[in-house]
Parts: sequence; structure tokens; C-alpha cells
Amino acid sequence: MEDDIRELYQEVILDHGKNPRNFRHPEDATCEANGNNPLCGDKLTVFVKVGVDQNIEDAAFEGRGCAISVASASMMTDIVTGKKVAEVDALFEIFHKMCKGEEVDETPEKFEDDLDKLVVLSGVKQFPMRVKCATLAWHTINAAVHGEKAVSSE
Amino acid sequence: MRTIKVSLEKRFPNGWIDRMTALNTVLKSDTEIDYNVSAIRADFPALDLKINGHPLAFLDSGASAQKPVQVLDRMDHAYRSEYANVHRGAYTLSQLATDNYENARMTVANFMNAKTPDEVIFTRNGTAAINLVAYSYGRTFLRAGDEIIISHMEHHANIVPWQLLRDAIGVEIKIAPIDDHGNFLMDEFEKLLCPKTKLVAVTHVSNVLGTILPIKEIVRQAHNIGAHVLIDGCQGIVHDGVDVQDLDAEFYAFTGHKLYGPSGIGVLWGKLDLLNKMPPYEGGGDMIENVTFEKTTYREAPARFEAGTPPIIEAVGLATAIDYVTGVGLENIANYETKLLTYATNHLAEIDGLRIIGRADNKAPIISFELDGVHAHDIGTIIDSKGVAVRAGHHCAQPLMDRYGLVATARASLGMYNNTDDIDQLVDALNYVKDIFG
Ligand SMILES: Cc1ncc(COP(=O)(O)O)c(C=O)c1O
Repeated sequence: MEDDIRELYQEVILDHGKNPRNFRHPEDATCEANGNNPLCGDKLTVFVKVGVDQNIEDAAFEGRGCAISVASASMMTDIVTGKKVAEVDALFEIFHKMCKGEEVDETPEKFEDDLDKLVVLSGVKQFPMRVKCATLAWHTINAAVHGEKAVSSE
Repeated sequence: MRTIKVSLEKRFPNGWIDRMTALNTVLKSDTEIDYNVSAIRADFPALDLKINGHPLAFLDSGASAQKPVQVLDRMDHAYRSEYANVHRGAYTLSQLATDNYENARMTVANFMNAKTPDEVIFTRNGTAAINLVAYSYGRTFLRAGDEIIISHMEHHANIVPWQLLRDAIGVEIKIAPIDDHGNFLMDEFEKLLCPKTKLVAVTHVSNVLGTILPIKEIVRQAHNIGAHVLIDGCQGIVHDGVDVQDLDAEFYAFTGHKLYGPSGIGVLWGKLDLLNKMPPYEGGGDMIENVTFEKTTYREAPARFEAGTPPIIEAVGLATAIDYVTGVGLENIANYETKLLTYATNHLAEIDGLRIIGRADNKAPIISFELDGVHAHDIGTIIDSKGVAVRAGHHCAQPLMDRYGLVATARASLGMYNNTDDIDQLVDALNYVKDIFG
């Protein structure tokens, strides 16, 4: 159990949690959504600038939450920038499975680097109550780019 | 069985400092506290559990308490050998079940010092008890423009029912403020009272801050201007007890599972004449006098408010829990818990970067805290790996969290069975959290 804890709270996560990247409100965002984790009080707003060809030119976030949800948002905003909306959808699907400890099929080679980074968050699979912390930011960006205003992850 | 109850306010009129001195005296003369926590722990099977390889340090009794074996055995026996539906059959078992159920009502009535058991209505939980009042009393006695005062430290269970009422009939909700330590501001409350105030609905004890509210004085002030009072006693009855005749509020609601009884049962106590002026909340079997398709007449309280098959065995379990608590003595428990609260407060305060939220003068054993740079949710997960159970989150009191600019806190709430080992285990586990977060 304590090994699981150490695996969940790895340096990378603690670092992103303490010094989140892209923690800002970009003026030129084209869409945004609020993510709310009502059980524990995590609240995030994700801002996205979607350009021509559904290309994500910028992603950022603001809000408060636990180390896992903030680290996840921080890493996510780094990773999705420069990707197409459809690619982010596909990546989220794989990531979601990883967090829940489900079997992941062959992953596209273009995601290999990203998934190598995201794998640190998959430690949540040992903590079912925390899966929603790791996926909140992804649910939120999904809502933002698909035109919903808010999501609530339960 | 009736326990002699002295409220914490009476024992410690000058608040925290006075209370510490009083406690020290009590400890020295230790004849006054006769409390064998090891014997009590032995009655609670859950306390023997090992969680993630560690002994369980259960510090979440404020959310729901563990049950003593007496309650479990009594319920088991009632299900095996005394079970049938109540108020119906003319056969022996049904009579036995009915007697048990009505005796449980008597036990609750005695425990609260109600005038008559008819004032005791069994509900599903504390939330249902408050909703019953908001619906039945609210829609009968209140009008558009009337004002309801609640405090800033209410549980959602004592906020949302009034908002539903507001949306339905247009009453207004006023908020009685608190100070930074979590004290209820009596002066500010008095300023809110006005001829439009028809109901004051406040908690007895804050489930987040531990504050014990001066409910008797609140009732007095409210009555001065002719307003009615509902007290949410879900936390309060556990640590402070209640004498409803002495308190003189119109309604007192509580929930069984925080009082070492089963889940699935709560109590609404109300003044009988008022209850009998209120229309039923739900319709069905057991609550009627006579039914034709044209017109139905209703029975008096409590039957009027107990439509359908009630929580039969839960009532038996609750009564057993009350017997258990009164057997130990509510005042002995409160004394002991206060001692443990002081121990916990002092030891937690020694942790660098830990801040306790809620330093009211008069407190029940509930400690909310923040740890610098660590979200409550992370605290909860990490200390669970050391066997420590605390609640993390907004504790169903979001407006209160907003008041203090918090999104979440960790909360350790003590019960009659906790001991200093539990607190030491919590402190060690919190140091482990700090280790991880560097
Ligand atoms: C102050 C207060 N009021 C009401 C409730 C609701 O109790 P229940 O969930 O049993 O209805 C609680 C418990 O969570 C509480 O602490």
C-alpha cells in the first residue's frame, strides 16, 4: 500500500502539482468549460484556443484541486497543444482506460511519447476514488472543445 | 433511564480558557471522569479492523459512527425472532414487533426529555426530518415575504430544503453570520430578527467547525419576536444531548447513525399541538383515520407523519444505541471527548504548516484542518495507507467553505471510542504526508 502511495505521488506529479504549467487565463481562448468534482471540491476551468482545421493552438487552466487533478491538468495542457481535437479525443480514451486499470489495445505510435508521460498518473488505478481526479481536466477539455459549458465528474 | 445533563455552556461559561482549567482540575481529581475507553472499544467490532496493514484509527464518526455489538446483536435478534410488520396483524409476532417499535419511541422520548412519545416521529434520517418540516410546516404556516434565518455554518440538509420552500412559495432566507473562529454572532443574529422572521433553523453543532451554538439563547431571542425554531441536532445530540422541554424549540431533528445506531432512521421531535396542525407530508398506509375516494382523514402525530412501513428494526437498533450511550453516560462521554479534543488540538497544532479551521470557544470534538500546500483529498488518500480514516472535502457545507475561502478541508471527528493512540496515529500519518510532499 505504501508502495502504491509512493507510486501515485511521484516526483513528477508533485512537481506539476506544485508548479502547474499553463496556469493562466488566455485572452484569445475560443472556448472554455468548468470542471467540477463535487465530492471533493476540485474546480477547474480549462481554456482552449482552437484554430483552423480544429487545431489546438493553446490550452491553459485555472482553479484549485488536489495534487493529482492539478498535475493532470498541467500535463494535459502541455500535451494537447499542437494536436487536433480528434486526436485529443482518442488520447483521452486511452488515458481513461489506463487510469481505470483497463486493458489498452495497441496504441498509435504518434501517442507514444505522450503516453510515456501520462503513465505516471495511472497510479490512480489502485485508488478507485481518485480516478476522477486524474480525469477531471480531460473531461473538462472535452466539454470545452465540444461546446458544453460544464462537466461534473463522478 | 434518564441521564443528568449539564450543557457544556453551563459547565464552562467563560469559554475555552475556562474549559481548559476546568478540564485540568477534572483530570487531577480523576474521580469525576470514570471512563474506561478500552472497555468501550471492545464493544465496537469495527475497531479491530486492520486497514492496509495498520490498525484502523477511525476518525470519521461525524460522518457516521461505528456500532457497538449490543446494537448489532439486538437488531439481529429482532430480525430473527421478533419480526413482523407493525400496527397491523392481530398475531403474537406482530404485537411483539409493534411493542418493540413503540418502546423505541419511548426510549427516544426519554432521551430527549419529550413530554410524550407522540412528539417523536421516526423518519428515514435527519435530512428527511428537516424536509418534513420545510414541506409540511413551511407550506402551511409560512407565506411569501416571510423570513427564515439560518446560520452560515449549516449543513446542506438545513439549507436546501429552505431553498426549495423559497422557490415554491417565496419566503426569504437570511444568513446569521459567524466570526473567523467559527463563533455564532449573537448580536448580529439579533439584528436580523424582525417581525417578518417566522422561523429560525440552525444547527446545534457545526459538522465542520465543531462549534456548539448557544441554541437556548437563540430560541429565547426568536421567541421574543414570535418566531418558531428548528434545531438541526444531527451532530449536537451526540456530543451535547438535548432536553427539548428545557430548550423549548418547536422542532429538533437528528439522525440515528451518528449516535451509534443504524443508518436508515432519523427523528423529528416537534411540539405536539404544532405537529397536529401540520398536514401529512407523505400519504399512504398507517397514517390515515378513514379513507374513501372522496375524503380521507388523518391520524394524529406521530402516525400522521409515518406513512407506510416504518424503519422497524432500525428503531429497535436506535433505542439500543441510546441505551448504550446513556449507560455510559452522555456527560461522561462529553467530558472524555473534550479531554481528547484538547489532546488532539495540541498535538495537531505542533505540526508545522497545519492550520485548524474552527477555534470556537465552545467546541464539540470535531477538528477541520488544512496542511500547507497539500489538498485535503491527498491527505485523505495518503493517511488511509496508514490506517487513518478522516473525511476530506467540503463536508456538505459549501457556503461555510466559501466563508473561509476554502475548497476542502480534512476533518477528524471523534467518537466515544477514540483514544490517544488514534490521535498519535493521525499525527504520525500527517508527518508521512509532509514527508511525501517534501
Ligand atoms: C449538521 C448535520 N445536519 C444534517 C446532517 C444529515 O444527516 P443525514 O445524512 O443522516 O440525513 C448531517 C450529517 O451529515 C449533519 O452533520
